Amino acid sequence: MTATEGSPERKRGKDKKDWEPRIVGFLCKWCSYAGADLAGTSRLQYPPNIRIVRVPCSGRVNPLFVLKCLVNGIDGVLVSGCHIGDCHYSEGNFYARRRFVILKRLLEYLGIDPRRFQMSWISASEGDKWARVVKELVEEIKQAGPNTEFRKGI
Amino acid sequence: MKIGVFVCHCGTNIAATVDVERVSQEAAKEPRVKFSTTYRYMCSDPGQNLIKEAVKKHHLDRIVIASCSPSLHEKTFRKCAEKAGVNPYLMEMANIREHCSWVHQDRVEATAKAIELIRLALAKVSRNKPLEYLYIPIEKKVLIIGGGIAGIQSAIDIAFANYPAVILEREPSIGGRMARFDKTFPTLDCAACILTPKMVTVSQSKHVTMHTYSEIEGVKGHVGDFTVTIRKKARSVDINKCTGCGACYNKCPVRVPSEFDMGLGKRTAIYIPFPQAVPNVPVIDRQNCLWFTKQKCGICKKICPFEAIDYDMQDEIIEEKFGAIIVASGFTQFNHAVYGEYGYGKYKDAITGLHFERMANSSGPTGGKIIRPSDGKEARDVVFIQCVGSRDEQKGLSYCSRLCCMYTAKHALLLKEHNKDAQAYVFYIDIRAAGKNYEEFVKKVQDEYGAVYLRGRVSRIFEKSGKLIVRGADTLSGAQIEIKADLVVLATGLVAQPDAPGLARMLHIPYDRNNLFTEAHPKLAPVETITSGVFLTGACQSPKDIPDTVATASAASVKALGLMVQDRLQREPLVAKVDAKTCSGCFACIQACSFTAIEEEEIEDKRLKKKRLIAKVLEGVCTGCGNCTAVCRMSAIDLEGFSNRQIMEEIEAL
Repeated sequence: MTATEGSPERKRGKDKKDWEPRIVGFLCKWCSYAGADLAGTSRLQYPPNIRIVRVPCSGRVNPLFVLKCLVNGIDGVLVSGCHIGDCHYSEGNFYARRRFVILKRLLEYLGIDPRRFQMSWISASEGDKWARVVKELVEEIKQAGPNTEFRKGI
Repeated sequence: MKIGVFVCHCGTNIAATVDVERVSQEAAKEPRVKFSTTYRYMCSDPGQNLIKEAVKKHHLDRIVIASCSPSLHEKTFRKCAEKAGVNPYLMEMANIREHCSWVHQDRVEATAKAIELIRLALAKVSRNKPLEYLYIPIEKKVLIIGGGIAGIQSAIDIAFANYPAVILEREPSIGGRMARFDKTFPTLDCAACILTPKMVTVSQSKHVTMHTYSEIEGVKGHVGDFTVTIRKKARSVDINKCTGCGACYNKCPVRVPSEFDMGLGKRTAIYIPFPQAVPNVPVIDRQNCLWFTKQKCGICKKICPFEAIDYDMQDEIIEEKFGAIIVASGFTQFNHAVYGEYGYGKYKDAITGLHFERMANSSGPTGGKIIRPSDGKEARDVVFIQCVGSRDEQKGLSYCSRLCCMYTAKHALLLKEHNKDAQAYVFYIDIRAAGKNYEEFVKKVQDEYGAVYLRGRVSRIFEKSGKLIVRGADTLSGAQIEIKADLVVLATGLVAQPDAPGLARMLHIPYDRNNLFTEAHPKLAPVETITSGVFLTGACQSPKDIPDTVATASAASVKALGLMVQDRLQREPLVAKVDAKTCSGCFACIQACSFTAIEEEEIEDKRLKKKRLIAKVLEGVCTGCGNCTAVCRMSAIDLEGFSNRQIMEEIEAL
């Protein structure tokens, strides 16, 4: 990825050599987003492949959002919320967990590499965990290769 | 649509890793972007002025700020937008500091990412809708659940500010645990001497209403407008007629163990729990009263000169509205019957600290004598065992109850003061005396009152020839210890009230695995809960001694008063909204909502020409979590500020 490439479309796995995974993270604003902020405040380094979409709660994330990302050719999607039991809204991440366990299975059934969709629970005090999760995620998606399974046909 | 992009250098925090000028140039090329610039510190006054002037000059109607995390400056820039004449909710932030410049070192990569993050924010802001702040009215009355020292202090503080407070107490009198104490550490003030004046203040205040012998049945509503159902249990004595003369309980023939005296003394069936009770109105214990059990006696009714006794009194259910609720429901003692080594709670002479308090109290059941409950003889050798329940993950509690070290030291001192020949032995794990003058107090008890402190645990207590043999280890000397004790006092830990989870569910506040209520933030919001308008004080949140309880009570009162003084409450309008046209009335959202913020509403469907039910969001209750949106099959319910279209637009921009 270079700065001269302005448009995202140009980077979508056309050239296998330069391919870098593109990952979207849906982060709840109370825990995981704040954890990612802490990673920044602590100057922890991690690969720049992830783009964060801020949501109020992991339970806000509609499975359609995840599917839409994959359809659009995003290589990996992460949904991250508060630790189970610590949800700011008491139960939101319970809903998220149930919903996305099913979605993950469904994706696998559809022939999507299950590594492309992941969940994590990261608290506002776990900047290091955030950096680690991103590193691992990028590695896994690199192994999984470019997302061609579920891309919009031309 | 004319969007302005403002890229912040944040000194060198962003500019060192991100080529801000290039970012700004790239942003300017994006569709709908009318203006783009950079500035050293966008959050500073000159930075904000720059935004305001650019809005005016270029007629901008939407703003993207590329700077730090929205957690930090979203409010700042919303206000700035508002001042610039742009709806505050037509502003979005791109986090190019915490999520970009600080976590990457490669300037090229970081710059590319920053551009994309701005593109994301641009996509979102293009779908933003102007939103207006929500305002909710406030019922200017505070409910205080619990009439112990925490509740009493809260009521006094609120009354002092001339706002009405209502104390709800399930016992016949306010006073709580503190009323049972003899002396208080570390100053040895007599508990009654410092508590009863406060009780009287409360009872005489024109701003405080007391519902004693009452229980909370239900809570509905939200901050500013709670509707609380209260069961006023039948006292069988008319509180308005009774003068507290005491004729009834002086003549009552029944004698049962007194709960207030921990069963060490007796009370009558019609009784006041303790002489300084507030209100000083007796209550009839219907389980033991001869009139209710055998339809006999009736002496109290005959003797009462004011005809205050009413055997036919029924429980009364009332509903009252409140703007804020302070939870001061307190604690109870750990049940030491789980410990076989301490005799499963079956030894009469192995008592708890609270029993000891009652005995040490000169107006208590023993007249201030420390006796053996089994035979009434004065106790000489007394063994105190600390950490009974506390710091024991296997059978008890994982936490430290915080005050047992101190009250045990106090007991050891009181023992010596009540009986010069007595000897105190204290088994402890650690001495935790962190508090003003606490360490000095423990030292005094050891040095001046001759209390023998033994570091170690007790392995067994058993009875032998009328004494309790306490076997334990002194780990400091490595010796096995055996003490022939007259009395064993167990420093039982503090635990949540058994019905705490029920109360928490009623109030929609979380509680931890110990059933203690959870504060909104352990450091920065220790008396608030995540349910706005509900505050915590005292030991219902975590074990607390009296100074800490009083401090949190005043803190909670200030928080509640902060609401009371407002004419109306301003709320962020980031709440769920229902599209009446597409809502099919399946009400999956109602099930998904943890806050009962969604109701059924009947509407007149003009197309179908009939009435039908759809979902309706109570804006004052909705917390904006968005869980309802993800379960809606029709996408009829959406979350302002994080709408489906906004998020989809962000995804499309990637």
